[in-house]
Amino acid sequence: MVPSMVGHGEISAEEYIASMFERIERLDLGIHAYLQLDRGGALDKARALDRRVKNGGRLGKLAGMGVAVKDIICVRSLQATCGSKILEGFFPPYSATAIQRIEREDGIVLGKTNLDEFGMGNTTQNSAFGPTMNPWDLSRVPGGSSGGSGAAVAAGMASVALGSDTGGSIRCPASFCSVVGLKPTYGRVSRYGLIPYANSLEQIGPMGREAESVWLLFEAIAGHDPEDATSSTEPVRPLRAGGVEGLRVGRIKEFFGEGAQPKVKEKVMDGCARLETLGAKVGDLSIASLPYSLAVYYIIAMAEASSNLSRYDGVRYGLSAEKGTVDWNTAFSRTRSEGFGEEVKRRILLGTFVLSAGYYEAYYVRAQKVRELLTREFTLALKKFDVLLGPTMPVLPPKLGEKVTPLEDYLIDINTVAANLTGLPAISVPCGFVDGLPVGMQLIAPRFREDVLLTAAVAFGKGQGLKSPPLAEAA
Amino acid sequence: MQAEAGLRVKIGLEVHCQLTALKTKLFCACSSDYRSSEPNEKICPVCFGLPGTLPVLNAKAIEYATMIGLALNCTVANRSLFYRKNYFYPDLPKGFQISQYDKAGGVAIASAGSVDVEGKSIRITRIQLEEDPGKLTYEGTIDKSSYSLVDYNRAGIALVEIVTEPDIEDAREAKAFLEKLRSTIESLGVSNGELDGAMRCDANISLAGGARVEVKNISSFKEVEKALNYEILRQKTFSGNASSETRHWDERRSITIALRSKEEEQDYRYFPEPDLRPIVLQPETIEGVKKTMPEVADARASRYAKEFGLSRQLAKELSANKDLSAFFEECAKLGGGYQEMAGLIVGELSGGLPAGASALPPQEFVGLVKMVESSAITRAQAKEALREALRTGGHVGDVVKQKNMSAVVDERAIAAIIDRVVGARPGALEEARGDKKSFSYLVGQVLKEEPRAQPGVVAKLLAKKLREK
Ligand SMILES: [Zn+2]
Repeated sequence: MVPSMVGHGEISAEEYIASMFERIERLDLGIHAYLQLDRGGALDKARALDRRVKNGGRLGKLAGMGVAVKDIICVRSLQATCGSKILEGFFPPYSATAIQRIEREDGIVLGKTNLDEFGMGNTTQNSAFGPTMNPWDLSRVPGGSSGGSGAAVAAGMASVALGSDTGGSIRCPASFCSVVGLKPTYGRVSRYGLIPYANSLEQIGPMGREAESVWLLFEAIAGHDPEDATSSTEPVRPLRAGGVEGLRVGRIKEFFGEGAQPKVKEKVMDGCARLETLGAKVGDLSIASLPYSLAVYYIIAMAEASSNLSRYDGVRYGLSAEKGTVDWNTAFSRTRSEGFGEEVKRRILLGTFVLSAGYYEAYYVRAQKVRELLTREFTLALKKFDVLLGPTMPVLPPKLGEKVTPLEDYLIDINTVAANLTGLPAISVPCGFVDGLPVGMQLIAPRFREDVLLTAAVAFGKGQGLKSPPLAEAA
Repeated sequence: MQAEAGLRVKIGLEVHCQLTALKTKLFCACSSDYRSSEPNEKICPVCFGLPGTLPVLNAKAIEYATMIGLALNCTVANRSLFYRKNYFYPDLPKGFQISQYDKAGGVAIASAGSVDVEGKSIRITRIQLEEDPGKLTYEGTIDKSSYSLVDYNRAGIALVEIVTEPDIEDAREAKAFLEKLRSTIESLGVSNGELDGAMRCDANISLAGGARVEVKNISSFKEVEKALNYEILRQKTFSGNASSETRHWDERRSITIALRSKEEEQDYRYFPEPDLRPIVLQPETIEGVKKTMPEVADARASRYAKEFGLSRQLAKELSANKDLSAFFEECAKLGGGYQEMAGLIVGELSGGLPAGASALPPQEFVGLVKMVESSAITRAQAKEALREALRTGGHVGDVVKQKNMSAVVDERAIAAIIDRVVGARPGALEEARGDKKSFSYLVGQVLKEEPRAQPGVVAKLLAKKLREK
């Protein structure tokens, strides 16, 4: 991998990073994965790294790796947009803890990637700066909300990437773009510097073409952070030496439900069979409260979002639509009407509604109760099985601009939201293609057992050969 | 103001008290000492509400809130939660205030306490920890200003909100409650009420049968009595038919003005703060705080009565003042005569202890008390010596010597003076026989002739003389 090649002087970090920017220049016009590049800063860091190699200095574990960063994670001195107009001109004076740790290990931030506004979506079409295209088929969406990061990694425009996952936002684009994407256990990676959509659900996580590089990035960013009261001190365990030999895999029936496309289900069943040939023991199970998970997820996520997004009022930073002298209510209303996109407004309205007096008990409180029930059921299931399995996305990547109602749109998150509600770690690994379009397989493990997920992902990926999107190959 | 018949007044208070003894804000490392700072100088990404930042709870604030809870006889919760109180206002950087709540599943850090005020118990509903918002400055007044300036230095300062039941019946009682509360909190060493805006108050006022009116923005305890008296008078002119609303106390004009009616009352959409873990206080932790926290006045008074045998009244007066109590305890270590000692301290030093540690060394003061106790000098002389020493900055002992102070203990000499005084007032002795007042008058006249005489000795000899006749 790149770090050892840089460390042994086999490649120069500067040349490697420069070639990555060349690739971005050639490909990203058609894909639009990046919102902002930091070519100067990245090359400076690469050169400094090369000098250190020459002088025999110590190198970090991510030395020379080019990292694409979802533009909802703060990088000091790079603009943070969250894919929204409302943050216009906002340059955070701090880097997220995850970014600080990447830089400490000599990873190099290439730029900020596109996303659904504030992470609200699964297509990356809800961006104020235009959609991102799927590198495997430019007429299709890359998934979302970390679609820019997924597409950048798939097209070889970054070594690895950071995404954030509130209800599937890492795993969905990982599935649609045929890359590996990990949502860590809640509390595993510091959320400091992650601009919040729904605090109790989300995590920053790594994305990459190979499971090995995803693990490398995960190890770098994981761990307790005093700046995040919800971050855990639980140590990261090493990968299992024995691969998936004897691993108890549980297929969740509900994940293979009616909403899932038959060809997608078939591919994931093939994946299961492959795990079996690698030594895993596959069984079936049912999680009774799973059908409620979507409703519960959207109530909690929107409630938290409505509160998180209150701070964008045009007073301190970002867009301020009102220039004249008006009263305060008019001023902040105008800024918010102009600054937020449709989907964000919809979720703020719904979130405000479910927290309102008279509805709070019926929606928010009840949702939290079902969330507890779901968590209990998953905990129980994970006593019988080491990992739980299903398709990451029940469908193939949809066409850009395809007309769907918001409800139909929310429905494709059916398999991903449970991991966020329960706080469990989950991964999406490439699981073949249907009609040239990627299918992803999702694995869910007990709390803080990312090692189990990555052990399985490494074993599953071995000998598969890395496919590249035709467009990227041509380049 | 006493409520007239049929119009019983019920007042509940919400007191906001900044924990000014904390070095940093409630959720970030910014200095909490903002009063002498330029606007927006004491801010950081966290308290300025920049997106992506997270609150980290100040552990000391929990300890201080626990101390207040215990001092106000509350039950301190083993597990309490932070909630978000959502509303839009320019002084609120995040669009919500991190606070605590007692509904919707919320638990405040302390609840169900009481404070004794002038023999009456005022119930405390709850005590909660929360962050202060920033501060708006208006041009002119709030209802006429065309713009406002925002200073976020205050945003994130740790506040304790103390909510009472509507047990208070008039403005004077409210003031007495607040004074008691303030002295209690100050004796804990967690807040300095002297600082501008460190203790603020909202009040709920209703006249019997009338609606509840909330008066906000009472910026100091001094204003409370004025604001309440105004509001009670205003409601009385409606014969108790005031409408349910929120009003704003306008300090400059000394009136309350309508802000909004209850129908347009805000819905704060409270829900648990997901960025903070619950506050967990084990019973041992609470017990530990109880053991190490400074004593508050009430507890001190009963200890003084028990340990030093002080009279109830004297113990109460002495313990109400933290500095005098400390001085008393220093002195008490050096010797007895506690009642005399406490009496002299309360009587002569209530105006404030002399500045500088050496101005009145405890040894000197105790020496003076001992002179009184042994009848070497009279109490009046001791007081005079104290005053003189404090005025000139000299030593009490020196004053006693310079002024040649000594009590006249020779009973024959005093008897002679008594004879002289009685002789000059024919009939006075007869009057004194049946009347206490006339007796005291005669004692006073003797002391006037000879100030160094012990009042007790004079009274004894005078009584003897009355019996002889
Ligand atoms: Zn701060």
